[in-house]
Amino acid sequence: MDMISKEHKKEKLGFEETELRLGLPGGGGIVNGDLENSQKEKNLISCSNDSVKSPHRAQVVGWPPVQSFRKSIVAVQKRNSEEGGGAAASFVKVSMDGAPYLRKVDLNMYKSYQDLYGALGKMFSFFTMGKCDSRGMMDFMNERKLMDVLNGSDFVPTYEDKDGDWMLVGDVPWETFVGSCKRLRIMKGTEAIGLG
Amino acid sequence: MVNYFPEEVLEHVFSFLTSHRDRNAVSLVCKSWYNVERFSRGKVFIGNCYAISPERLISRFPRVRSLTLKGKPHFADFNLVLHDWGGYVYPWIEAMAKGCTNLEELRLKRMLVSDASLELIAKSFPNFKSLVLVSCEGFTTDGLAAIASNCRFLRELDLQENEVEDPRGQWLSCFPDSCTSLASLNFACLKGEVNLAALERLVARCRNLKSLRLNHAVPPDVLQKILARAPQLVDLGAGSFVHDPESETYNKLKNVMQKCTSIRSLSGFLDVNARCLPAIYPICINLSSLNLSYAPGIYSKELVKLIRKCKKLQCLWILDTIGDKGLRVVASACKELQELRVFKSDPNDVGNAAVTEEGLVAISAGCPNLNSLLYFCRQMTNTALITVAKNCPNFIRFRLCTLDPITPDAVTMQPLDNGFGAIVQSCKGLKRLSVSGLLTDQVFLYIGMYAEQLEMLSIAFAGNSDKGMVYVLNGCKKLKKLEIRDSPFGNMALLADTGKYETMRSLWMSSCKVTFGACKSLAEKMPRLNVEIINEGDEMEGGSDDRQNVEKMYLYRTLVGPRKDAPDSVWTL
Repeated sequence: MDMISKEHKKEKLGFEETELRLGLPGGGGIVNGDLENSQKEKNLISCSNDSVKSPHRAQVVGWPPVQSFRKSIVAVQKRNSEEGGGAAASFVKVSMDGAPYLRKVDLNMYKSYQDLYGALGKMFSFFTMGKCDSRGMMDFMNERKLMDVLNGSDFVPTYEDKDGDWMLVGDVPWETFVGSCKRLRIMKGTEAIGLG
Repeated sequence: MVNYFPEEVLEHVFSFLTSHRDRNAVSLVCKSWYNVERFSRGKVFIGNCYAISPERLISRFPRVRSLTLKGKPHFADFNLVLHDWGGYVYPWIEAMAKGCTNLEELRLKRMLVSDASLELIAKSFPNFKSLVLVSCEGFTTDGLAAIASNCRFLRELDLQENEVEDPRGQWLSCFPDSCTSLASLNFACLKGEVNLAALERLVARCRNLKSLRLNHAVPPDVLQKILARAPQLVDLGAGSFVHDPESETYNKLKNVMQKCTSIRSLSGFLDVNARCLPAIYPICINLSSLNLSYAPGIYSKELVKLIRKCKKLQCLWILDTIGDKGLRVVASACKELQELRVFKSDPNDVGNAAVTEEGLVAISAGCPNLNSLLYFCRQMTNTALITVAKNCPNFIRFRLCTLDPITPDAVTMQPLDNGFGAIVQSCKGLKRLSVSGLLTDQVFLYIGMYAEQLEMLSIAFAGNSDKGMVYVLNGCKKLKKLEIRDSPFGNMALLADTGKYETMRSLWMSSCKVTFGACKSLAEKMPRLNVEIINEGDEMEGGSDDRQNVEKMYLYRTLVGPRKDAPDSVWTL
């Protein structure tokens, strides 16, 4: 490349002219004793002094110039990968026919179908009150009674799998179920014809 | 002589002029041409929303159908500009709603868009067809719901990289059953859930849908159903691409993908399991554009397996996880490549970027048609840049970003002046340049000397003295936007050629050495410039010291004087 003339080659490129010398804030690294340069020090924090190559450049505001939108996407992706671990989300919605609102359960919290039924029973005990007990009071902690509700003819637990098909809970091994269950629906027995 | 043709003929001739510059030139010929042109102008581009007022726009171009507006300065992308600096679109919409209701298309970049603005658009423009929002904020999905509900002929809703709040998440179901006109729908940037059933129905009834970009909340099984309904898609943004490769859904997806032979552009993969990428292999050969820059966690080997099949690729956006080795494969496979962007895979981490000058040199050797580059790298050398300049003389956009803003040539430890000098000397059509690394006034001498077509220049941590900036201002005749941060340019440079700023759109200088006094005298001298000082801190209270350095200055030419919507921390001098 011959475009550089001899005069330019001779021009001194001394770094003392750069005035962007990085020194410890307020310390001796500031060139020319120019206090106004300390304004730049606010943005630049570095441990290196006068070194041309600093492998551990500390953070500079807005550098590298990455769109804040992109940064926020990456932050969310990082968080998800740290929390989730696996590919599928473990939280699934649970609906019960007749209940005014849905719940969510984390399938990874349970080790077996029995565990899951227990939890579901507790969650929806309120709505099964009228159905399963003639007394005014309901024993919320009576797991067995709640499981009877679920195992009995009144309600049938079903789930939607990854292909969008509605399946009866309990047919496949627990782990397979967890991997393929997208949502749960506790159906009224009368609607569950054809699934059993 | 020029009045020889009747106006209808002139208007017909002008209808073949599509570029703004041509139309602007034509309007300067004579009064008659000015009038014919202004009544027939359909598309107006306003690069700085504060350069002109909506009222003047409408009075000059009463029949405008398509309006493009840009608001905040570019450095706002990197958090260098206050959130509420300005760029409100509402006044524009309000004025158009009163004076120009045949608006069909609105394209906004870096503007503050409120739900009220979107609601006003939805109510006021019966022929509204196209809304494109890029890097905007201030609106929620409620505003989108208003657009969906009311714009009966909506063809395009394109949301790119906006920050959107999602309080209700039901906006998609607001498209009425009668809406069948959508050709382009991009909601990839939305963070919330969408009504999947409504989405499927919408896709099924919009037979002209060519471009569809989904957000992360659209799972693979819905994607599969959508693709089965819309094999005519040309541009696809997959949302979530995570599934079990053994599953039935994945199988169905593979089969349906094979039928999508029209897809030319692929993006998204906001959530991805790399083992599922083979589903895309069948369409790779048709791709001209591939954006995997938002796809986390794909190893270089898998990226390369995919890209290797994309023989017709013209545009590639990728993360630096591809590595120099991966870039060599790109260079050997993608001979038609024109645009390459390599982003940092972890922008919040100041650790090592995974690509170096070697990857760039390999690309330049293999892809001679390369004309647009954005490259985040760990290091660079002059030799590499000189080689790149020789291999690719067609650069229009060249943006280099080294991890360390003042890193020198990695081999010689010299400044990178000569390397960038080679780029500007060789690439005679260069319009946009971002420099980084250790740079002295020398590089600006070269830029001023050779970069004759340069319109936008971004400078950070570069130069030694005022001379650097003066070289650029004197030499680059076509310069429109100059943005400078953390460089030692001061009052002498700022005031050297004040008339120059009226030929430019804007100048940004932050953490430089310009003082209050100089900014004030510039503002006094040039009434057709707005000189804004942005104060975020406690620095200036009450009377400001003229000798004090200004932290952030943004000046731009304008025909309408100081704006009235600036927040307290922005002073127009």
